Amino acid sequence: MMTTTTDRTAREQRADEYAGPLLEVDNLSVEFRLRDRTVNAVNGISYTLAARETLAILGESGSGKSVSAQAIMGILDSPPGFITQGEVRFRGEDLLAMPEDQRRRIRGRRIAMVFQDALSALNPVFTVGDQIGEMFQVHLGMSKKDSRLRAVELMDKVRIPSAKDRVKDYPHQFSGGMRQRVMIAMGISLEPDILIADEPTTALDVTVQAQIMRLLKELQQDMSMGLILITHDLGVVADVADKIKVMYAGRIVEEADVHEIYARPAHPYTEGLLASIPRVDQKGTALATIPGQPPILSQIPAGCTFHPRCSWAQSICTTEEPELLTVAMGRHSRCHFWQDVLDAHQ
Amino acid sequence: MTEGRDRDRDRAPNFESAPDGGSPVVAAADAADTTAKGEPDEKQATLTSDAWRELRHNPLFIVAGLVVALMLVIAAFPQLFAGQQPIMGQCSLSRSLLPPQQGAIFGTDVLGCDVYGAVIWGARPSIIIGLTVTAGVGIIATLVGSLAGFFGGGIDAILSRFTDVMLGFPFLVGAIVILSAFPDRTPLIVAGVLIVFGWAGLTRIMRSSVISAKDMDYVQAARALGATNGRILFRHILPNAITPLLVLVTIGVGGIIGAEAALTFLGVGLQAPTNSWGLSISQSQERFYQHPHILLFPSLFLSMTVLAFIVLGDAVRDAFDPKLR
Repeated sequence: MMTTTTDRTAREQRADEYAGPLLEVDNLSVEFRLRDRTVNAVNGISYTLAARETLAILGESGSGKSVSAQAIMGILDSPPGFITQGEVRFRGEDLLAMPEDQRRRIRGRRIAMVFQDALSALNPVFTVGDQIGEMFQVHLGMSKKDSRLRAVELMDKVRIPSAKDRVKDYPHQFSGGMRQRVMIAMGISLEPDILIADEPTTALDVTVQAQIMRLLKELQQDMSMGLILITHDLGVVADVADKIKVMYAGRIVEEADVHEIYARPAHPYTEGLLASIPRVDQKGTALATIPGQPPILSQIPAGCTFHPRCSWAQSICTTEEPELLTVAMGRHSRCHFWQDVLDAHQ
Repeated sequence: MTEGRDRDRDRAPNFESAPDGGSPVVAAADAADTTAKGEPDEKQATLTSDAWRELRHNPLFIVAGLVVALMLVIAAFPQLFAGQQPIMGQCSLSRSLLPPQQGAIFGTDVLGCDVYGAVIWGARPSIIIGLTVTAGVGIIATLVGSLAGFFGGGIDAILSRFTDVMLGFPFLVGAIVILSAFPDRTPLIVAGVLIVFGWAGLTRIMRSSVISAKDMDYVQAARALGATNGRILFRHILPNAITPLLVLVTIGVGGIIGAEAALTFLGVGLQAPTNSWGLSISQSQERFYQHPHILLFPSLFLSMTVLAFIVLGDAVRDAFDPKLR
């Protein structure tokens, strides 16, 4: 016990001198071992996140974006989920190699998470004040009364009106947007270095979505957090994200700065996603879609995983899986014909 | 300052009852009585205190609660209601089977004992058995069920198979076999047997309830925010999983009292000279057609108590489910 404490202090000192990226995900793979088949949910994804940076991970259902976040947090349901390879380094230290107890102390305090559906992610039998306050009790050993006061401060911070009265309300007494604010308050309560928001606005209507995104952005700048936004909605992240990773079938298929990707996608899948955003000037016409279905992850097609749905596909795409090819500085695409896709959007 | 805040906080949940006009008064009274009890500030918004606030305004709960409370008082102090315990064999046979009248308001039984006295003194073993068995069964089911459900795997396999084995025993046969092995059957022995045959079903329910709560998003969220296993189990899973058990157990008090009466009726439960409703009913079986009072009064007390506990259980369930509020 004694040694762990000293170890930790030493590590924290080292961490202060640490100048590398906040979070490095290196070649992370996750598979689900089911009774009759193995599902490769995440296949060797890598990215880095710096302090004050917002990274958006984009993809449709089943692309592995949430599973990769769960793997990073260490809350993957295991079994059936297993991390088969890769490292997740937080300030240079591999989280996956850490003993569970040490890792638990990082969860919530250094890396926190906001969930998609705040109603089901909040415990229905406790008041929101209790639940926000729990963060202080668990991690800082604060008394119930002090933690209640901090909960009110936090609810003020995420702009829940009359926080002092509402602190004793139950989750179901809040509207969807306010509930998500409560979740965010829990997430930021201990001023984490990294906040992972897993589809934080999916359950909300459009006007509230914008408010929540703005709130997340403000809090991030306020507290110099690294923010990872997981979403399937390109519209939501446009104003907020710095960098975007597009995931398909458990792989990163394109990565770029946010403005580049909107102006000129370099992967047919991104192109399809951008085309399917409803636009006011196309009122009355049918919405654009990407034909076909996302791949079944236990039977990922040979060659490029996207080729069955791709309008650019040639014969090479059915046999040879493209590497993550460099398009420009800090910009990559997993497509044999990225140059053609890029040129089409000149 | 602190006091002002207290009152504000306490008044808010009472807004729903505003239409009946009495709200501010009720709220003020609430504030006064919590202050008087000296409850700490933060206790005010717990699930229990909110449930209690809800229960106090439920007439069914109040009526059932009063009946149960009366039975508890009768069980604790029977001499206040019926003087000396009527001991079988020491009653006057000349007063056998008198109908209800002055001096014996419920009449007398075949041995000349006062039925009223027997009914009043019979409350104690019934209530003791009801409460002991409920507590025992509840504790075992919570413990075994949540361990099996939460940890799963090998622990679950061992505990669940053992539970299944216990469920496989036919209750009546098992109880009769075990109880006939005891020549002197005190209420505690009968309670023990009822616990042995009662915990398994509830454990199963508790286990499945824990398993479904374990998969909820808020449990994953708690884990993502750094909660320990213990905290997740006790704070996030148990409070959400225990409601079905709580309700079944409260409703079950009635059933247990009934089961005790049934065992006693069959001659393997409590024995004379202990008074018990089951015993009185059992003794009346040959003569109740001619003398209905010897069956009527013990049965009335038995069914009233059972009904009161069931209604109480129902009200408690409604109050402990915040979603129904």
